[in-house]
Amino acid sequence: MESLLANFVAKYNYWVYIGLVMIGMYAMIAKRNLVKKIIGMNIVQTAVILFYVSIGAKKGKTIPIIAHGHEDTGHHAVQALDYISPLPHVLMLTAIVVSVATLGVALALAIKVYRQYGTLEEDEIAMRVKDQ
Amino acid sequence: MSAHFPGLVVIIPLVAAFLILIGAQLDKRLAFPLTALALLGSLLTAVGLLVKVLQVGVVEYHLAGWAPPVGIAYRVDHLNALVLLAVATVAFLNLLGTRELVDDLFGDRLGFFYTLYILLIAGLQGILVTGDAFNLYVLLEIAALTGYALVGMGPGRAPLSSLNYIFIGTVGASFYLLGVGYLYLVTGTLNMADLAVRLPTLYSSKVVVSAFVICLVGLCIKMGFFPLHAWLPNAYSHAPDPVSSLVAPLVTKVMIYVMVRVMLYVFTPAFAFDVMTVSEPMVWLAIIAIVTGSFMALSTRRLKRMLTYIVVAEVGYMVGGFWLGNRLGISGAILHIVNDAVMTFCVFLAAAAIIYKVGSDAIDDMQGLFKKMPVTMAVFVVAGLSIIGVPPTCGFFSKWYLISGAIAAGQYGFMAALILSSLINVVLFFRIFEIAYFEPFDAHHGHHPAGHGPITSEVQEAPFEMVATLVVTAVLLIALGIYAGDIVSLIIDHAIPVGIA
Repeated sequence: MESLLANFVAKYNYWVYIGLVMIGMYAMIAKRNLVKKIIGMNIVQTAVILFYVSIGAKKGKTIPIIAHGHEDTGHHAVQALDYISPLPHVLMLTAIVVSVATLGVALALAIKVYRQYGTLEEDEIAMRVKDQ
Repeated sequence: MSAHFPGLVVIIPLVAAFLILIGAQLDKRLAFPLTALALLGSLLTAVGLLVKVLQVGVVEYHLAGWAPPVGIAYRVDHLNALVLLAVATVAFLNLLGTRELVDDLFGDRLGFFYTLYILLIAGLQGILVTGDAFNLYVLLEIAALTGYALVGMGPGRAPLSSLNYIFIGTVGASFYLLGVGYLYLVTGTLNMADLAVRLPTLYSSKVVVSAFVICLVGLCIKMGFFPLHAWLPNAYSHAPDPVSSLVAPLVTKVMIYVMVRVMLYVFTPAFAFDVMTVSEPMVWLAIIAIVTGSFMALSTRRLKRMLTYIVVAEVGYMVGGFWLGNRLGISGAILHIVNDAVMTFCVFLAAAAIIYKVGSDAIDDMQGLFKKMPVTMAVFVVAGLSIIGVPPTCGFFSKWYLISGAIAAGQYGFMAALILSSLINVVLFFRIFEIAYFEPFDAHHGHHPAGHGPITSEVQEAPFEMVATLVVTAVLLIALGIYAGDIVSLIIDHAIPVGIA
């Protein structure tokens, strides 16, 4: 029990990421409202972003900008260990754009569905599809 | 110039997408010629790439001159050069064939339609050429997002089906991204070739095992592999006809290519087939996919829906063939990616032509079609025979490799599933041929939708470019069959790592 707690405290960001994926999946599976499902989908995507941001971070290290680098004419060794890894963060800029675009397309389709059936509740839509 | 071919495959359609959007604002008639020009360009580039790969072997391209593993590399070998050519060909033929249909359906928003069309192709071709695992995710989302939008443009239930497609597709892509993240966590690289070098020392790592499983599940969702196929039949059968004939042949095939690429060239065969013990369950799932897909196809009386279930079964062919893990099976799977892209395209385009003329996709409304649309139906027969697997059409040869592979691997269940599915396909297609061969009864004239008129025995073919495209595709089906041996010995043999017996 104690080790589990210690594990949780030390790596809480990873536990949060797993929790968020589960919450998002639950919303997509269990909720009957299309907008709630879309929000669940977005939570899953955000959870993956949290995971990536976590793997780049290091405790007690600084942002990867070399201070006064432009003043220094000579080459001096840069210790990569002293800086957090910028690559996963940069990757996630792209992933954020992707998730915004997905959200946009999904909401646009939800509007189309709403105009067509007059509701966003899946059960009611299913009834109207049957009536047609 | 030819040094830039791998880059151009993506850049031509990407730049063209902007030009089409701007051009269509000036004059919407510009949209089609611009798209055709760009797709012809990318088709010629794909031909050039295949020729180059055959001459010199693997072609590497460093975007902006940054050398891998730091920079993003595009890497074209025998495997993706072949699939790339198939994708570019189908995309170009579909564009030509469905011009009048698109004018009819989307006359007021041609610019948007063709922009999405070409962005989808840019995404798919990018997936094929890229050698970077994260870049692949981005291009996968480009292809997926444009696919959702295109499917959602359809009438009736299409927006709802597209929304469900988004939910499932996004989970699939997120899983792939997570898997790549796990790999990055333990290796610190995203370049596929570099990953393949660094992974063997980490095969016992739990992170790598999780990455493998998560990636595989994500890709199975994206390709519509049983039991994760629920989105596929609705999305593809409710999509507008010119879109169905584009996404149904291409998207699932490209996702299967991604699986082959990731398993053979990132995780390496030693890990995928020997360390991880998923081959056997994957083949069994493929068997279930083939059998259920075939029976679901049998249970529907709608042409397009029947074809989408055939797609579900065909995905089972390829995934099962790949996981047999021997040279014959993998050759069959790769050959079937190409053949199935052309076959599926051919049947969906023929279905589009039939629906365009008959005004309904119910199989019972197809009476007398052999008289009414002789050329379309002749092509449909060739495509049907190819899906059944009758020589000399190409479907026979890939099925032959798959069955030989199944026997070599001792997977008699998979062999039986292939044969059963062929027999069901015989029933499926000959049922249609029979209905279409006989004249309609007088009593049936009444229930054809107004505006299309009752079926008469006069020849009433689909638009010329559609019929011409269908004929070209049918010739292609037979040519692919005749040259199947050469394709395997010249291209596919080099696409499979040497270690696989």
